[in-house]
Amino acid sequence: MAAILSVSGVGKTYQSAGKSLTVLHQIDFEVAAASTVAIVGPSGSGKTTLLGLCAGLDRASTGSIVLNGVPLDALTEDERARVRNQYVGFVFQNFQLLPTLTALENVMVPLELRGAGNSRQVALDLLDKVGLADRGHHYPLQLSGGEQQRVSIARAFSNAPRILFADEPTGNLDAETSENVEKLLFDLNSDAGTTLVLVTHDLELASKTQRIIRMKGGRVVSDSAVDKTI
Amino acid sequence: MKPEHQEIAFRWIVRMAWRDSRQNRSRLFLFISSIIVGIAALVAIFSFGDNLAKDIDKQAAGLVGADLVIQSNRELSDGGQAIIDSVQRLSTSYSEEQSFASMVVFANSGGTRLVDVRALGGEFPYYGNLETVPQAAGRTFRNNRQALVDKTLMLQFGAEVGDSVKVGEVMFEIAGRLEQAPGQSGLSTTIAPAVFIPLEYLPATGLNQKGSRINYRYYFQLEGGIDADRLADGLDSLLEVQRMGYDTIATRKQETGRSFTDLSKFLSLVGFVALLLGCIGVSSAIHIYIKEKLNTIAILRCLGVSSRQAFLIFLIQVLGVGLAGSVIGAFIGTLIQQLLPLVLRDFVPVAISSDISWWAVVQGIALGVWISVLFALLPLIGIRNIAPLNTLRLSLEAPSPVKDRWSWFVYGLIALFIFVYAYLQLGGVKQTVLFTAGVALSFLVLYGAANLLVRLVRRFFPSSWGYLWRQGLSNLFRPNNQTVILVIAIGLGTAFIATLFSVQGMLVERVALSSSEHQPNMVLFDIQSSQQEEVAELVAAQGLPVLDEVPIVTVQLEAINGITADDARRDSTIEVSRRALGGELRSTYRSELSDSEKISAGKWIGKTAAGDTARVSLEEGYARRIRVDIGDELLFNVQGVRVPTIVGSFREVDWNRVQTNFRLIFPEGVIDDAPQFHVLMTRVPDEATSARMQQAVVRQFPNVSIIDLGLILSVLDTILDKIGFVIRFMGGFSILTGFVVLIASVMISKYQRIKESVLLRTMGATRKQILAITALEYFFLGIIASFTGVLLALGGSWALAVFSFEIPFTPNILMLLLLTLTVTLLTVVIGLANSRGITGRPPLEILRKES
Repeated sequence: MAAILSVSGVGKTYQSAGKSLTVLHQIDFEVAAASTVAIVGPSGSGKTTLLGLCAGLDRASTGSIVLNGVPLDALTEDERARVRNQYVGFVFQNFQLLPTLTALENVMVPLELRGAGNSRQVALDLLDKVGLADRGHHYPLQLSGGEQQRVSIARAFSNAPRILFADEPTGNLDAETSENVEKLLFDLNSDAGTTLVLVTHDLELASKTQRIIRMKGGRVVSDSAVDKTI
Repeated sequence: MKPEHQEIAFRWIVRMAWRDSRQNRSRLFLFISSIIVGIAALVAIFSFGDNLAKDIDKQAAGLVGADLVIQSNRELSDGGQAIIDSVQRLSTSYSEEQSFASMVVFANSGGTRLVDVRALGGEFPYYGNLETVPQAAGRTFRNNRQALVDKTLMLQFGAEVGDSVKVGEVMFEIAGRLEQAPGQSGLSTTIAPAVFIPLEYLPATGLNQKGSRINYRYYFQLEGGIDADRLADGLDSLLEVQRMGYDTIATRKQETGRSFTDLSKFLSLVGFVALLLGCIGVSSAIHIYIKEKLNTIAILRCLGVSSRQAFLIFLIQVLGVGLAGSVIGAFIGTLIQQLLPLVLRDFVPVAISSDISWWAVVQGIALGVWISVLFALLPLIGIRNIAPLNTLRLSLEAPSPVKDRWSWFVYGLIALFIFVYAYLQLGGVKQTVLFTAGVALSFLVLYGAANLLVRLVRRFFPSSWGYLWRQGLSNLFRPNNQTVILVIAIGLGTAFIATLFSVQGMLVERVALSSSEHQPNMVLFDIQSSQQEEVAELVAAQGLPVLDEVPIVTVQLEAINGITADDARRDSTIEVSRRALGGELRSTYRSELSDSEKISAGKWIGKTAAGDTARVSLEEGYARRIRVDIGDELLFNVQGVRVPTIVGSFREVDWNRVQTNFRLIFPEGVIDDAPQFHVLMTRVPDEATSARMQQAVVRQFPNVSIIDLGLILSVLDTILDKIGFVIRFMGGFSILTGFVVLIASVMISKYQRIKESVLLRTMGATRKQILAITALEYFFLGIIASFTGVLLALGGSWALAVFSFEIPFTPNILMLLLLTLTVTLLTVVIGLANSRGITGRPPLEILRKES
């Protein structure tokens, strides 16, 4: 299958107080469309930075990233924003819902940004899918952690993204809620054929994907398919 | 890859701005509240100015009372009479007035006072009225031996209509109480209350003697079709030769309009400073608001919102609350405007209406919206740099605002705006630069003081102090602190009030000092040579000392180094003071200098031998103004006799002493025999002796006028009180803005510190301890702000005292100390009052609500 994400020779160096800090070195990999990939590694290994670069949230210092056929390095920040709006979905560890918007409005935002006319109905359907049809008018603060994460997943899928990036999606949730959220993520992924790239510490979650990329000290130390037969 | 519909995108931005504001409206409004006071002040002043301009327009004819007024301070010469006659032939009606300062005696109470006697002949005023009680008295008094007496005098001496008042030798029946005369303001009646008498009785009073300083006014009601301004224009050069002036409705309108435009411009600058203060509050609050919105903006950016769109979302919010704040400010301003005429009526010679000025309202709202956006731009442009990466972690590469060229553009725009606004109010580039520099300097000093405070506290942090003190102090430099903005806001307000109190205090003290010790406190003037001895005897008979006795001779400067006024008029390249030539001077002659003057250049020769040219001495400021030097020749006309002189010396004169001081002094032996009158100075121990003395003098010598220093002090006090009230009223806006900024800042920092306090409470801190930390923090803030403000005020009042009022700089340290403490106390009280919500409830409740 064709690659939806292509990362070649990517490095990232930060300048801080006159000193350089390189957090990623020469990363190379490709992600096939509709596949599921987990990036794992200890804290400080550079996995979140890599996720950010792949999603176009930041610019790589070296190398290139091509997302859905669009080379991100050549784009301005606003052009990258449009790419995110058209092709990318996000799920964050701390949900990152807009606190001043209701659950329904949070889900509507990506659709509205695209100028979609039926944003309200699509958002209501998505909330229904994640089991929150009756909580649409609630503000994030009025929802539990699991509910917030479900809203965030509904929002991530609202623009029918080609690729979904999830940063520790269950990191702040209890075991039972985590399981529900994981199921939701993988179900939506398989229903819509969305590529799923997730960063996690949780090896059990990682093992549910088709492929695991392991990182350490800013480098990829292994990249292997998950053996589902075990 | 652009969004499919730009139009929809903008509509969405507006919708997002609206949605996002829903849970922040009260906070956003709090941010904007700082400009409400400033806008209210400006709308009030704009409305006042607008109404005043309309009122002056409507009442202009009543200000002059005639189509044309010709005035002179000398008796008519033949040339002058010819002009008056020729204008009279073009008029349907003509009136004449002679006015001068003189004593009057109220028959019932025996009270005496120096007043402005206005002897009126004819039907003046032709427009407007002499407003009197009873109403008819304004017309009827001129047919009888009757007088109109200013209402303040009537009140002071408890006089009633029908009582008698003695002017000179003549006893007049008081026909009416004078409420208002054309062109007269409340303040002018305080300084010189008027008594109108019929002109035909003036000779009988014996007050218009040679040497008396009389102002002559000739009022004309012109025939229909004659343009007063064109006529006056035609007469201008003739009038100038005769040293006469004129006034028409148009010139008076212009003059009055100009003075009061100046007043309203001055007031609007004071209001503008309040607004600027509020704007800094807005800027600081929006800065914190945007910081709190960092995550929201990063999420939006993640979801595909462009930096421009994110910027617009918050710009629209600021626009919205700016508009709301300005509308509220305009509403309050319109209400305050109803009060302004009451505050300012004593300064204005027309009745001021208080209609709503829609133009002022629109101007105020537009200014409010513009200025809130302008000052919010600084923090808002930072939105452009918020990276979507902030959703994952705080960006390591946040660009510095100093390096952002757009921040420099906004700084430039703000400076330009302040300059242009000040220029529109002041008109002159120099004054505008001074104002802008003054504002910038004050802000910089306060900014510097605040920064210095923070640095000093950090550098010399008292680690050995108790926890509460350390926590209170460290709050001054915790992240997102409001130290700088609060020090600027409260400091500037304090500086305003302290300067005002300081200068007012010094002025009053100066006069009060003059009246102390053994200095004279009563001046008798207009004493004829023949009365000199008798007056001195009368003073001595009252048991009072004659402290000084000085002859006064009125002279006219005819030529400087041979150049006359005519020469100067013909040749504009001649460098002499045209104003000085032909002008009248009160001079004296003496052999010795008094102790209030000393020679600063040249040599004083106290006697002139027969046949020699006199060496006169000039006060150095006067010499500078008329551009003469030692050795220059001055030709004087001493009541018809030409006296050539040479400038022999310059003198430095202490004008602040209650003493007769002169710009020109002749040595003895030159004008000793010229017609002259005398001034006598004495010291009265108390009010009763003063009243007895005045009554005795006026009874025996009605032409002699008396200035009682006690009266001057009370008049000065009244004037300063009235001016002070206006400035305090306006300065109050700054103080109020300072406190609104304080309240807003406390509320904002309340959101920031809520977790900190709750954490402290969770760890067992008592309510008292948290309150003590808060109180200490605001105490430090208040004391540094008010202290810096007072320091600024000391600098300002020193400059005003030395350069403007030329009085010694004697600040009232106790008053300034009290002010510092009051402002500090207020700051602490406001700080505590607004923090009570944090301490009054259980920690969990707050955590749930505010987390």
